[in-house]
Amino acid sequence: MREINVKEIIHIVRKLCIDANYYIGEDVLNKIKEFYEKEESPTAKEVLSILLENYELAANEKMPSCQDTGVAVVFIELGQDVHLVGGDFYEAINEGVRQGYKDGYLRKSIVNDPIIDRVNTKDNTPALIYTDIVPGEKIRITVAPKGGGSENMSEVKMMKAADGIEGVVDFVVDRVSRSGGNPCPPIVVGVGLGGNFEQSALLAKKALLRPLNESHHEEKWAKVEKKILEKVNKLGIGPQGFGGRTTALGVSIMYKPCHIASMPVAVNIQCHAARHKSAVI
Amino acid sequence: MPQTIRLTTPFTDEDVSKLHIGDKVLISGTIYTGRDAAHKRLVELVKAGKDLPFDIKGQIIYYVGPAPAPPGKPIGSAGPTTSYRMDPYAPALMDVGLKGMIGKGPRNQEVIDSMKKNKAVYLAAIGGAAVVVAKSIKEAKVIAYDDLGTEAIRELKVEDFPCIVANDIYGNDIYKEGIKEYKIET
Repeated sequence: MREINVKEIIHIVRKLCIDANYYIGEDVLNKIKEFYEKEESPTAKEVLSILLENYELAANEKMPSCQDTGVAVVFIELGQDVHLVGGDFYEAINEGVRQGYKDGYLRKSIVNDPIIDRVNTKDNTPALIYTDIVPGEKIRITVAPKGGGSENMSEVKMMKAADGIEGVVDFVVDRVSRSGGNPCPPIVVGVGLGGNFEQSALLAKKALLRPLNESHHEEKWAKVEKKILEKVNKLGIGPQGFGGRTTALGVSIMYKPCHIASMPVAVNIQCHAARHKSAVI
Repeated sequence: MPQTIRLTTPFTDEDVSKLHIGDKVLISGTIYTGRDAAHKRLVELVKAGKDLPFDIKGQIIYYVGPAPAPPGKPIGSAGPTTSYRMDPYAPALMDVGLKGMIGKGPRNQEVIDSMKKNKAVYLAAIGGAAVVVAKSIKEAKVIAYDDLGTEAIRELKVEDFPCIVANDIYGNDIYKEGIKEYKIET
Protein backbone atom coordinates (compact mmCIF):
# COMPACT_ATOMS: atom_id res chain seq x y z
CA MET A 1 0.00 0.00 0.00
CA ARG A 2 1.35 3.43 -0.99
CA GLU A 3 -0.11 6.62 0.45
CA ILE A 4 -0.54 9.59 -1.88
CA ASN A 5 -1.82 12.94 -0.65
CA VAL A 6 -4.40 14.38 -3.04
CA LYS A 7 -2.71 17.79 -2.70
CA GLU A 8 -0.02 16.38 -5.00
CA ILE A 9 -2.69 15.84 -7.62
CA ILE A 10 -3.64 19.53 -7.67
CA HIS A 11 -0.37 20.88 -9.00
CA ILE A 12 0.08 18.03 -11.46
CA VAL A 13 -3.37 18.57 -13.02
CA ARG A 14 -2.72 22.33 -13.07
CA LYS A 15 0.49 21.82 -15.05
CA LEU A 16 -1.04 19.26 -17.43
CA CYS A 17 -3.90 21.66 -18.30
CA ILE A 18 -1.43 24.41 -19.16
CA ASP A 19 1.09 22.21 -21.00
CA ALA A 20 -1.57 20.46 -23.10
CA ASN A 21 -2.79 23.85 -24.33
CA TYR A 22 0.62 25.48 -24.91
CA TYR A 23 2.67 22.61 -26.30
CA ILE A 24 1.36 20.49 -29.18
CA GLY A 25 2.70 16.93 -29.46
CA GLU A 26 5.69 16.08 -31.67
CA ASP A 27 3.59 13.35 -33.30
CA VAL A 28 1.11 15.99 -34.50
CA LEU A 29 3.81 18.33 -35.79
CA ASN A 30 5.52 15.49 -37.66
CA LYS A 31 2.25 14.31 -39.22
CA ILE A 32 1.36 17.81 -40.42
CA LYS A 33 4.84 18.13 -41.98
CA GLU A 34 4.44 14.72 -43.65
CA PHE A 35 1.06 15.69 -45.16
CA TYR A 36 2.40 19.12 -46.18
CA GLU A 37 4.86 17.37 -48.50
CA LYS A 38 2.09 15.32 -50.13
CA GLU A 39 -0.53 18.09 -50.33
CA GLU A 40 -1.41 19.30 -53.86
CA SER A 41 -3.54 22.38 -53.15
CA PRO A 42 -1.53 25.62 -52.74
CA THR A 43 -4.17 27.03 -50.34
CA ALA A 44 -4.07 23.83 -48.28
CA LYS A 45 -0.27 23.98 -48.12
CA GLU A 46 -0.47 27.56 -46.88
CA VAL A 47 -2.99 26.61 -44.18
CA LEU A 48 -0.79 23.73 -42.97
CA SER A 49 2.24 26.00 -42.77
CA ILE A 50 0.22 28.60 -40.79
CA LEU A 51 -0.79 25.84 -38.34
CA LEU A 52 2.86 24.88 -37.81
CA GLU A 53 3.80 28.55 -37.37
CA ASN A 54 0.98 28.91 -34.83
CA TYR A 55 2.13 25.90 -32.79
CA GLU A 56 5.66 27.24 -32.68
CA LEU A 57 4.41 30.70 -31.61
CA ALA A 58 2.16 29.20 -28.93
CA ALA A 59 5.06 27.28 -27.38
CA ASN A 60 7.47 30.23 -27.56
CA GLU A 61 5.05 32.85 -26.25
CA LYS A 62 3.48 30.48 -23.72
CA MET A 63 -0.05 31.01 -25.00
CA PRO A 64 -2.75 28.42 -25.73
CA SER A 65 -2.50 27.34 -29.37
CA CYS A 66 -6.28 27.76 -29.66
CA GLN A 67 -8.63 30.12 -27.82
CA ASP A 68 -10.97 27.17 -27.25
CA THR A 69 -9.02 25.58 -24.44
CA GLY A 70 -11.80 23.07 -24.11
CA VAL A 71 -13.54 21.10 -21.45
CA ALA A 72 -10.89 19.42 -19.29
CA VAL A 73 -11.27 15.70 -19.92
CA VAL A 74 -9.22 13.84 -17.31
CA PHE A 75 -8.36 10.16 -17.55
CA ILE A 76 -7.15 8.47 -14.37
CA GLU A 77 -5.48 5.09 -14.10
CA LEU A 78 -5.50 4.49 -10.38
CA GLY A 79 -3.30 1.74 -9.00
CA GLN A 80 -5.32 -0.48 -6.66
CA ASP A 81 -2.56 -0.40 -4.04
CA VAL A 82 -2.73 3.39 -3.72
CA HIS A 83 -4.34 4.85 -0.62
CA LEU A 84 -5.49 8.42 -1.30
CA VAL A 85 -5.33 10.72 1.74
CA GLY A 86 -5.71 14.42 2.52
CA GLY A 87 -9.08 15.13 0.98
CA ASP A 88 -11.50 14.43 -1.87
CA PHE A 89 -9.67 13.06 -4.92
CA TYR A 90 -12.11 14.44 -7.53
CA GLU A 91 -12.19 17.83 -5.81
CA ALA A 92 -8.37 17.89 -6.03
CA ILE A 93 -8.60 17.28 -9.79
CA ASN A 94 -11.14 20.08 -10.14
CA GLU A 95 -8.93 22.39 -8.07
CA GLY A 96 -6.05 21.59 -10.44
CA VAL A 97 -8.25 22.49 -13.41
CA ARG A 98 -9.38 25.69 -11.67
CA GLN A 99 -5.77 26.77 -11.02
CA GLY A 100 -4.48 25.70 -14.43
CA TYR A 101 -7.16 27.58 -16.36
CA LYS A 102 -6.66 30.71 -14.21
CA ASP A 103 -2.87 30.77 -14.05
CA GLY A 104 -2.40 29.71 -17.69
CA TYR A 105 -4.79 32.40 -19.03
CA LEU A 106 -6.92 29.66 -20.56
CA ARG A 107 -10.53 30.29 -21.58
CA LYS A 108 -13.35 29.23 -19.27
CA SER A 109 -15.85 27.50 -21.50
CA ILE A 110 -18.20 25.60 -19.20
CA VAL A 111 -21.84 26.57 -18.54
CA ASN A 112 -23.69 25.25 -15.48
CA ASP A 113 -26.77 23.99 -17.30
CA PRO A 114 -26.80 22.83 -20.92
CA ILE A 115 -30.18 24.23 -21.94
CA ILE A 116 -32.05 26.64 -19.69
CA ASP A 117 -29.59 28.78 -17.68
CA ARG A 118 -26.28 28.38 -19.54
CA VAL A 119 -24.39 30.49 -16.99
CA ASN A 120 -20.59 30.25 -17.18
CA THR A 121 -19.04 28.58 -14.11
CA LYS A 122 -16.07 30.98 -14.59
CA ASP A 123 -13.35 28.47 -13.62
CA ASN A 124 -13.81 25.80 -16.31
CA THR A 125 -15.00 23.23 -13.79
CA PRO A 126 -16.35 20.66 -13.48
CA ALA A 127 -13.82 18.53 -15.32
CA LEU A 128 -14.98 15.32 -16.98
CA ILE A 129 -13.21 12.60 -15.02
CA TYR A 130 -12.95 8.93 -16.03
CA THR A 131 -11.26 6.50 -13.68
CA ASP A 132 -9.93 3.00 -14.31
CA ILE A 133 -8.62 0.88 -11.45
CA VAL A 134 -5.43 -0.91 -12.50
CA PRO A 135 -2.85 -3.13 -10.75
CA GLY A 136 0.07 -1.44 -9.00
CA GLU A 137 0.72 1.54 -6.77
CA LYS A 138 1.00 4.40 -9.24
CA ILE A 139 -1.45 6.93 -10.64
CA ARG A 140 -1.39 7.92 -14.29
CA ILE A 141 -3.16 11.19 -15.08
CA THR A 142 -3.95 12.35 -18.60
CA VAL A 143 -5.53 15.71 -19.35
CA ALA A 144 -7.08 16.04 -22.81
CA PRO A 145 -8.66 19.50 -23.28
CA LYS A 146 -11.42 19.03 -25.88
CA GLY A 147 -12.77 21.87 -27.99
CA GLY A 148 -16.44 22.29 -28.87
CA GLY A 149 -16.14 22.70 -32.64
CA SER A 150 -14.81 19.21 -33.26
CA GLU A 151 -16.80 17.55 -30.46
CA ASN A 152 -20.03 18.84 -32.06
CA MET A 153 -19.29 16.79 -35.19
CA SER A 154 -19.22 13.48 -33.26
CA GLU A 155 -21.89 10.78 -33.27
CA VAL A 156 -22.93 7.38 -31.90
CA LYS A 157 -24.87 4.96 -34.09
CA MET A 158 -26.33 1.62 -33.00
CA MET A 159 -25.63 -0.46 -36.11
CA LYS A 160 -26.50 -4.08 -36.78
CA ALA A 161 -24.17 -7.04 -37.32
CA ALA A 162 -25.41 -7.35 -40.92
CA ASP A 163 -23.90 -3.93 -41.69
CA GLY A 164 -20.47 -5.55 -41.35
CA ILE A 165 -17.12 -3.81 -41.55
CA GLU A 166 -18.16 -2.11 -44.82
CA GLY A 167 -21.11 -0.51 -43.05
CA VAL A 168 -18.87 0.73 -40.27
CA VAL A 169 -16.31 2.19 -42.69
CA ASP A 170 -19.08 3.92 -44.67
CA PHE A 171 -20.62 5.41 -41.52
CA VAL A 172 -17.29 6.80 -40.30
CA VAL A 173 -16.43 8.26 -43.71
CA ASP A 174 -19.93 9.74 -44.02
CA ARG A 175 -19.62 11.31 -40.56
CA VAL A 176 -16.39 13.02 -41.64
CA SER A 177 -17.96 14.07 -44.94
CA ARG A 178 -20.94 15.69 -43.21
CA SER A 179 -18.56 17.52 -40.84
CA GLY A 180 -16.88 19.34 -43.75
CA GLY A 181 -14.84 22.36 -42.68
CA ASN A 182 -16.50 22.70 -39.26
CA PRO A 183 -14.23 20.68 -36.91
CA CYS A 184 -10.94 22.37 -37.96
CA PRO A 185 -9.56 19.79 -40.38
CA PRO A 186 -7.09 18.20 -40.76
CA ILE A 187 -8.78 16.12 -38.07
CA VAL A 188 -8.02 12.97 -36.12
CA VAL A 189 -10.84 10.41 -36.18
CA GLY A 190 -11.42 8.39 -33.01
CA VAL A 191 -13.59 5.31 -33.50
CA GLY A 192 -15.09 3.28 -30.67
CA LEU A 193 -16.63 -0.07 -31.52
CA GLY A 194 -18.63 -2.43 -29.35
CA GLY A 195 -19.19 -2.31 -25.62
CA ASN A 196 -22.54 -0.62 -25.29
CA PHE A 197 -24.11 2.71 -26.26
CA GLU A 198 -22.18 4.61 -23.57
CA GLN A 199 -18.94 2.64 -23.72
CA SER A 200 -18.51 3.07 -27.47
CA ALA A 201 -18.35 6.85 -27.06
CA LEU A 202 -15.75 6.61 -24.30
CA LEU A 203 -13.69 4.19 -26.41
CA ALA A 204 -13.77 6.66 -29.31
CA LYS A 205 -12.47 9.39 -27.00
CA LYS A 206 -9.75 7.16 -25.53
CA ALA A 207 -8.70 6.17 -29.05
CA LEU A 208 -7.72 9.82 -29.60
CA LEU A 209 -4.97 9.49 -27.00
CA ARG A 210 -2.92 7.10 -29.11
CA PRO A 211 0.18 8.74 -30.72
CA LEU A 212 -0.39 9.51 -34.42
CA ASN A 213 2.68 7.55 -35.51
CA GLU A 214 1.24 4.30 -34.12
CA SER A 215 -1.35 1.99 -35.69
CA HIS A 216 -3.66 -0.49 -33.99
CA HIS A 217 -1.62 -3.32 -32.46
CA GLU A 218 -3.74 -5.92 -34.28
CA GLU A 219 -3.02 -6.12 -38.00
CA LYS A 220 -6.67 -6.66 -38.99
CA TRP A 221 -7.69 -3.41 -37.27
CA ALA A 222 -4.63 -1.50 -38.49
CA LYS A 223 -5.83 -2.34 -42.01
CA VAL A 224 -9.30 -0.92 -41.27
CA GLU A 225 -7.76 2.29 -39.90
CA LYS A 226 -5.67 2.63 -43.06
CA LYS A 227 -8.68 2.04 -45.28
CA ILE A 228 -10.79 4.68 -43.49
CA LEU A 229 -7.93 7.19 -43.65
CA GLU A 230 -7.51 6.65 -47.39
CA LYS A 231 -11.23 7.09 -48.03
CA VAL A 232 -11.46 10.17 -45.81
CA ASN A 233 -8.56 11.81 -47.61
CA LYS A 234 -10.30 11.27 -50.94
CA LEU A 235 -13.27 13.40 -49.78
CA GLY A 236 -11.47 16.58 -50.89
CA ILE A 237 -12.43 18.58 -47.78
CA GLY A 238 -8.82 19.53 -47.03
CA PRO A 239 -7.42 21.79 -44.29
CA GLN A 240 -10.17 24.09 -42.95
CA GLY A 241 -12.52 22.72 -45.63
CA PHE A 242 -10.99 24.88 -48.38
CA GLY A 243 -10.32 21.80 -50.54
CA GLY A 244 -7.28 19.52 -50.59
CA ARG A 245 -5.89 16.08 -49.86
CA THR A 246 -5.30 16.52 -46.12
CA THR A 247 -8.67 16.01 -44.43
CA ALA A 248 -7.46 13.70 -41.63
CA LEU A 249 -4.04 13.09 -40.07
CA GLY A 250 -5.00 9.73 -38.62
CA VAL A 251 -7.70 7.24 -37.65
CA SER A 252 -7.59 5.41 -34.33
CA ILE A 253 -9.86 2.51 -33.41
CA MET A 254 -10.58 0.93 -30.03
CA TYR A 255 -13.01 -1.95 -29.55
CA LYS A 256 -14.58 -4.07 -26.80
CA PRO A 257 -16.78 -7.18 -26.77
CA CYS A 258 -20.51 -6.48 -27.12
CA HIS A 259 -24.01 -8.02 -26.91
CA ILE A 260 -25.06 -10.55 -29.62
CA ALA A 261 -27.79 -8.15 -30.75
CA SER A 262 -25.66 -5.00 -30.89
CA MET A 263 -22.96 -3.27 -32.89
CA PRO A 264 -22.41 0.19 -31.38
CA VAL A 265 -20.22 2.54 -33.43
CA ALA A 266 -19.00 5.88 -32.09
CA VAL A 267 -17.06 8.52 -34.00
CA ASN A 268 -15.29 11.20 -31.98
CA ILE A 269 -13.88 13.94 -34.17
CA GLN A 270 -10.73 15.72 -32.96
CA CYS A 271 -9.26 18.93 -34.39
CA HIS A 272 -5.71 19.07 -35.76
CA ALA A 273 -4.16 19.91 -32.38
CA ALA A 274 -5.07 16.56 -30.74
CA ARG A 275 -4.16 17.99 -27.32
CA HIS A 276 -3.25 15.71 -24.43
CA LYS A 277 -0.53 15.44 -21.79
CA SER A 278 0.14 12.74 -19.18
CA ALA A 279 2.02 12.34 -15.92
CA VAL A 280 2.68 9.37 -13.64
CA ILE A 281 2.85 9.65 -9.85
CA MET B 1 -6.22 33.81 -59.65
CA PRO B 2 -6.58 34.49 -55.92
CA GLN B 3 -5.08 37.84 -54.88
CA THR B 4 -4.10 39.54 -51.65
CA ILE B 5 -6.23 42.59 -50.86
CA ARG B 6 -5.83 45.09 -48.01
CA LEU B 7 -9.05 46.58 -46.68
CA THR B 8 -9.93 49.08 -43.97
CA THR B 9 -13.21 48.95 -42.05
CA PRO B 10 -16.01 49.89 -42.41
CA PHE B 11 -16.50 48.09 -45.75
CA THR B 12 -18.25 49.77 -48.70
CA ASP B 13 -20.13 48.14 -51.59
CA GLU B 14 -17.08 48.89 -53.72
CA ASP B 15 -14.75 47.14 -51.26
CA VAL B 16 -16.74 43.92 -51.14
CA SER B 17 -17.35 43.88 -54.92
CA LYS B 18 -13.57 43.37 -55.36
CA LEU B 19 -13.53 40.18 -53.30
CA HIS B 20 -13.79 36.67 -54.75
CA ILE B 21 -13.58 33.32 -53.00
CA GLY B 22 -10.00 32.25 -52.32
CA ASP B 23 -8.68 35.83 -52.12
CA LYS B 24 -6.56 36.60 -49.10
CA VAL B 25 -7.73 39.68 -47.19
CA LEU B 26 -5.76 41.69 -44.66
CA ILE B 27 -8.13 43.81 -42.60
CA SER B 28 -7.20 46.92 -40.65
CA GLY B 29 -9.39 49.15 -38.50
CA THR B 30 -12.14 48.36 -36.03
CA ILE B 31 -14.04 45.07 -35.92
CA TYR B 32 -16.47 43.68 -33.36
CA THR B 33 -16.61 40.28 -31.71
CA GLY B 34 -19.75 38.27 -31.09
CA ARG B 35 -20.76 34.64 -30.81
CA ASP B 36 -23.84 32.61 -29.82
CA ALA B 37 -25.07 34.44 -26.71
CA ALA B 38 -24.32 37.97 -28.00
CA HIS B 39 -26.02 37.23 -31.34
CA LYS B 40 -29.16 36.14 -29.54
CA ARG B 41 -29.30 39.51 -27.74
CA LEU B 42 -28.44 41.55 -30.86
CA VAL B 43 -31.22 39.95 -32.88
CA GLU B 44 -33.71 40.50 -30.03
CA LEU B 45 -32.83 44.23 -30.20
CA VAL B 46 -33.27 44.30 -33.98
CA LYS B 47 -36.67 42.60 -33.69
CA ALA B 48 -37.73 45.10 -31.03
CA GLY B 49 -36.61 47.98 -33.26
CA LYS B 50 -34.05 49.14 -30.70
CA ASP B 51 -30.50 50.49 -31.21
CA LEU B 52 -27.60 48.04 -31.20
CA PRO B 53 -24.62 48.61 -28.83
CA PHE B 54 -22.51 49.69 -31.85
CA ASP B 55 -23.18 51.16 -35.30
CA ILE B 56 -23.39 48.06 -37.47
CA LYS B 57 -23.44 49.82 -40.88
CA GLY B 58 -20.58 48.53 -43.01
CA GLN B 59 -19.15 46.67 -40.03
CA ILE B 60 -17.62 43.27 -39.51
CA ILE B 61 -18.41 40.79 -36.73
CA TYR B 62 -15.70 38.30 -35.82
CA TYR B 63 -17.04 35.06 -34.33
CA VAL B 64 -14.62 34.60 -31.46
CA GLY B 65 -14.50 34.01 -27.73
CA PRO B 66 -10.92 34.98 -26.89
CA ALA B 67 -8.76 33.52 -24.16
CA PRO B 68 -7.90 35.97 -21.32
CA ALA B 69 -5.11 38.45 -22.07
CA PRO B 70 -1.80 37.48 -20.47
CA PRO B 71 0.14 40.34 -18.82
CA GLY B 72 1.43 42.86 -21.37
CA LYS B 73 -0.78 41.66 -24.22
CA PRO B 74 -4.04 43.27 -25.47
CA ILE B 75 -5.79 39.93 -25.87
CA GLY B 76 -5.20 36.20 -25.44
CA SER B 77 -5.36 33.59 -28.18
CA ALA B 78 -8.20 34.56 -30.49
CA GLY B 79 -8.97 32.19 -33.36
CA PRO B 80 -12.39 31.84 -35.00
CA THR B 81 -15.25 29.72 -33.70
CA THR B 82 -17.49 27.57 -35.92
CA SER B 83 -19.88 29.84 -37.82
CA TYR B 84 -22.94 27.67 -38.52
CA ARG B 85 -24.18 28.31 -34.97
CA MET B 86 -24.64 31.97 -35.95
CA ASP B 87 -26.58 31.09 -39.13
CA PRO B 88 -30.00 31.58 -37.49
CA TYR B 89 -29.04 35.19 -36.58
CA ALA B 90 -26.81 36.40 -39.44
CA PRO B 91 -29.47 37.39 -42.04
CA ALA B 92 -31.27 39.74 -39.58
CA LEU B 93 -27.99 41.55 -38.90
CA MET B 94 -27.09 41.83 -42.59
CA ASP B 95 -30.54 43.34 -43.18
CA VAL B 96 -29.58 46.22 -40.86
CA GLY B 97 -26.19 46.85 -42.44
CA LEU B 98 -23.65 44.19 -41.36
CA LYS B 99 -21.18 43.92 -44.23
CA GLY B 100 -18.89 41.11 -43.19
CA MET B 101 -18.53 38.10 -40.93
CA ILE B 102 -15.35 36.30 -39.92
CA GLY B 103 -15.45 32.72 -38.66
CA LYS B 104 -14.69 29.17 -39.74
CA GLY B 105 -16.64 26.48 -41.55
CA PRO B 106 -19.49 26.63 -44.10
CA ARG B 107 -22.73 28.68 -43.90
CA ASN B 108 -26.24 27.60 -44.83
CA GLN B 109 -28.08 28.63 -48.01
CA GLU B 110 -30.17 31.26 -46.23
CA VAL B 111 -27.03 33.07 -45.09
CA ILE B 112 -25.46 32.76 -48.55
CA ASP B 113 -28.62 34.20 -50.15
CA SER B 114 -28.66 37.05 -47.63
CA MET B 115 -25.01 37.86 -48.43
CA LYS B 116 -25.90 38.13 -52.10
CA LYS B 117 -28.97 40.30 -51.38
CA ASN B 118 -27.17 42.59 -48.90
CA LYS B 119 -23.76 42.67 -50.64
CA ALA B 120 -21.96 41.19 -47.64
CA VAL B 121 -19.07 38.74 -47.42
CA TYR B 122 -18.02 35.84 -45.21
CA LEU B 123 -14.33 35.59 -44.46
CA ALA B 124 -12.63 32.54 -42.99
CA ALA B 125 -9.86 32.87 -40.42
CA ILE B 126 -7.73 29.78 -39.82
CA GLY B 127 -9.32 27.68 -37.07
CA GLY B 128 -6.75 26.75 -34.46
CA ALA B 129 -4.26 29.43 -35.55
CA ALA B 130 -5.26 31.51 -32.55
CA VAL B 131 -1.87 32.97 -31.67
CA VAL B 132 -1.19 33.99 -35.29
CA VAL B 133 -4.55 35.82 -35.34
CA ALA B 134 -4.01 37.39 -31.90
CA LYS B 135 -0.82 39.03 -33.18
CA SER B 136 -2.88 41.19 -35.56
CA ILE B 137 -5.10 42.47 -32.72
CA LYS B 138 -3.61 45.62 -31.21
CA GLU B 139 -6.36 46.71 -28.80
CA ALA B 140 -9.43 45.09 -27.31
CA LYS B 141 -12.17 46.46 -25.07
CA VAL B 142 -15.53 45.14 -23.98
CA ILE B 143 -18.33 47.44 -25.19
CA ALA B 144 -21.40 45.35 -24.30
CA TYR B 145 -22.66 42.31 -22.40
CA ASP B 146 -19.77 42.11 -19.93
CA ASP B 147 -21.77 39.48 -18.04
CA LEU B 148 -21.14 37.04 -20.90
CA GLY B 149 -17.41 36.83 -20.12
CA THR B 150 -15.55 35.54 -23.17
CA GLU B 151 -18.80 35.91 -25.16
CA ALA B 152 -19.10 39.67 -24.48
CA ILE B 153 -18.98 42.05 -27.45
CA ARG B 154 -15.50 43.49 -27.83
CA GLU B 155 -14.28 46.27 -30.05
CA LEU B 156 -10.98 45.23 -31.60
CA LYS B 157 -8.40 47.41 -33.34
CA VAL B 158 -6.70 45.21 -35.90
CA GLU B 159 -3.79 45.55 -38.30
CA ASP B 160 -3.55 43.20 -41.26
CA PHE B 161 -5.90 40.66 -39.70
CA PRO B 162 -5.46 37.63 -42.01
CA CYS B 163 -8.42 35.82 -43.59
CA ILE B 164 -9.60 34.18 -46.78
CA VAL B 165 -12.80 34.99 -48.71
CA ALA B 166 -15.09 32.00 -48.19
CA ASN B 167 -18.34 33.45 -49.62
CA ASP B 168 -18.37 36.46 -51.95
CA ILE B 169 -21.31 38.69 -52.99
CA TYR B 170 -21.65 36.69 -56.20
CA GLY B 171 -22.98 33.59 -54.45
CA ASN B 172 -19.75 31.56 -54.62
CA ASP B 173 -18.77 29.23 -51.77
CA ILE B 174 -15.17 28.11 -51.20
CA TYR B 175 -16.37 25.08 -49.19
CA LYS B 176 -18.32 23.72 -52.17
CA GLU B 177 -15.79 24.70 -54.86
CA GLY B 178 -12.78 23.40 -52.89
CA ILE B 179 -14.28 19.96 -52.35
CA LYS B 180 -15.42 19.78 -55.98
CA GLU B 181 -11.85 20.38 -57.12
CA TYR B 182 -10.16 17.82 -54.87
CA LYS B 183 -12.74 15.09 -54.32
CA ILE B 184 -11.73 11.68 -55.74
CA GLU B 185 -14.73 9.47 -56.56
CA THR B 186 -14.41 5.93 -55.26
